[in-house]
Amino acid sequence: MVEVKNLTKRYGGIKAVNDISFTVETGEILGFLGPNGAGKSTTMNMITGYISSTSGTVNIDGCDILENPKEAKSKIGYLPEIPPLYLDMTVRKYLEFMFDLKRVSLPKREHISEIMKLIKITDVQDRIIKNLSKGYKQRVGFAQALLGNPPVLILDEPTVGLDPKQIIEIRTLIKSLGKKHTVIFSSHVLSEISATCDRIIVISNGVIVADAKTSELSSSISGEQKLALEIEGSQSTILNSLKNISGVIRVKKMRDTSELSSKYVVEYQKNYDIRREVFNAMSRNNCPILNMQNGNETLEESFLKLVSQDQNQKEKGGKI
Amino acid sequence: MSAILKRELGSFFNSATAYVVMAVFFFFSGFFFYASCLASDSANLSYVYSNMFFIILFIVPIITMKSFSEEKRQKTDQALLTSPASLFQIVIGKFLGAFVLYAICCVIFIVYAVVIAFFVSPDWSVILCTTIGILLLGGALIAIDIFISSLTESQVISAVAGFAIGIVIYLMSTLISAIPFDWISSILETVNFVNYYTNFTYGVLRLSDVVFFLSIIGLFLFFTIRVFEKKRWS
Repeated sequence: MVEVKNLTKRYGGIKAVNDISFTVETGEILGFLGPNGAGKSTTMNMITGYISSTSGTVNIDGCDILENPKEAKSKIGYLPEIPPLYLDMTVRKYLEFMFDLKRVSLPKREHISEIMKLIKITDVQDRIIKNLSKGYKQRVGFAQALLGNPPVLILDEPTVGLDPKQIIEIRTLIKSLGKKHTVIFSSHVLSEISATCDRIIVISNGVIVADAKTSELSSSISGEQKLALEIEGSQSTILNSLKNISGVIRVKKMRDTSELSSKYVVEYQKNYDIRREVFNAMSRNNCPILNMQNGNETLEESFLKLVSQDQNQKEKGGKI
Repeated sequence: MSAILKRELGSFFNSATAYVVMAVFFFFSGFFFYASCLASDSANLSYVYSNMFFIILFIVPIITMKSFSEEKRQKTDQALLTSPASLFQIVIGKFLGAFVLYAICCVIFIVYAVVIAFFVSPDWSVILCTTIGILLLGGALIAIDIFISSLTESQVISAVAGFAIGIVIYLMSTLISAIPFDWISSILETVNFVNYYTNFTYGVLRLSDVVFFLSIIGLFLFFTIRVFEKKRWS
C-alpha cells in the first residue's frame, strides 16, 4: 500500500508538485497520467526517496520514506525514466550487483534466472548492456525493479522505446504483477494507461486534476453516446420531453447561454440515433433548437479538457 | 557496501583504467628505483618515495574521476540512492573501491624493498612507515577527489580539478614562503601535506601525522555525503 499525503516539492519559487494526496491499495494498478513536465517523475522520485519533499509524507506499507528509509526503500522496486544501467556490465552481472545492493534474501542464482525468464532477457544475459538495443535496456531496467519481489512497484514510463509487440507483453506483465503488488506507473500516452490501469490520476502543472476509476473516466466510449444541445424555451418542459425519448439515459443541463436558451447534454445508448426524435419533440413543444452537436467525448478528449482547463485557470489566476 | 566495492573493482579491472593506472605507477616507480637505487648502488628508498609523491598526485584523480561523475551522468545514482543502502555505505564503498586499486599499486614498494634485501638489509622501519604514509596520503587524496567528482557530472572537470588540487598541494611550501602574512602562512603550514608525508619517510610513525590524514579522509567523505543530502533536499 502506498499512501501519499499533501506532497509538495518546491524548486525555488516554482512548485513542481503541489499538495498531492492519494492512496493506492495492494493489488491496485494506478496510472499516472499527465503531459510532459507535469510533475509525474518528480512525484515518483519523492515516493521512492530519491529526492525529498518540501512538505508532505509518503508512506510505504506503514514505513515513512524519510523517517524509515531503509525499510521503506526495500519494499519498492523502481524503474526510473532513464533505466539506471551500468553500461559496462553484462546483464547477469548487473542483476547480481543490484541483487546484492538491495540485499535480497532469496536464492541468488535461481531468483535472477527466474526474473530474466519472466522479462524474456535470458538470451542476452551474457551480453554487455552497452551493446543492447533500447528495448532490451528498458527490459533490463524492468528486471532490476522486480528483483526481490518488492510489494510496491513504481514504473516511470516503462514502455518507452519498446516496439508494439513488446509493449503488449509488458502491459500483460504489469497486469499480472498488479494482482499481488501495488503498482504505480506513469505515462503520457492515454491508451497505454487505460489498457492497463484500474484507476487513473491525471496530473497537470503539479496538481491532481482528476482521480477516477478507468471505467468512469471512459464511460463515454464504453457504450454511451452524447449529444450537446442548445435549446430555447422553458427548462422543465425541455428536460421532461428529452427524458421521454426512448434510448435516453441521462439529461443534464450545463449552463444558460442567454436569458431564454440553455445548453444541455443528453447521454443515450449507442445503437440509437435520437437526433430526429429530439428535433420532433422540441418542435412539438415549440422550443427551437439553436445548436445540435455530437458531443461524444473520448478519453483522450476528456483528458485534454482536464489539462487545458487547469491551464486556463492558472492563466486567469495569474492575471488577477 | 560490499556490493558497491565489488562493482567498483569490477569496473576498474574490466576497463583499461586499472591497467593504465598500474602501468603508469609501476613505470615511474621503477624508473625512480632504477635511477636512485640500482644505478647508484644505494639502499636508500627515500628518493623513490619522495619522487612518487608527485606521481601520486596525478594518478589519484585518474582513479576517482569516474567515481560519482559517471553515476550522475548515466543516472545510475538513482539506483544507488533508492536502494536500501545508506549514503554512508555508498560513499564508503566508492572510497574503498578506489583505495584498493591504489593499494595494489603500492604493493610495488614492497617488491623494491625485497629486491634491496637481496643485497643489503634495508631499513625496514623506514620502509614500513613510508608505506603506511603513502597509503594514508593516497587515502586522503582519494577522499578529496571523490568529493570533487560528486560535485560534477563531467569526468574531465573532475579530473582537471583533481590535478589542480594536486598541484596546489605539491607547491604548498613555495606558496607559503611567497605569502607575506605570517598568520596565513602559519595556517597553511598546518595543512601542508608535504610536511606530514615527509615525517613518514624518516621512519617515524607519529600519531599526529596519522590523525591528520585520517581526518582529511573523514572530513571529505563526510562532505561527499552532505553533497548528496543537499541535492536531495534542495
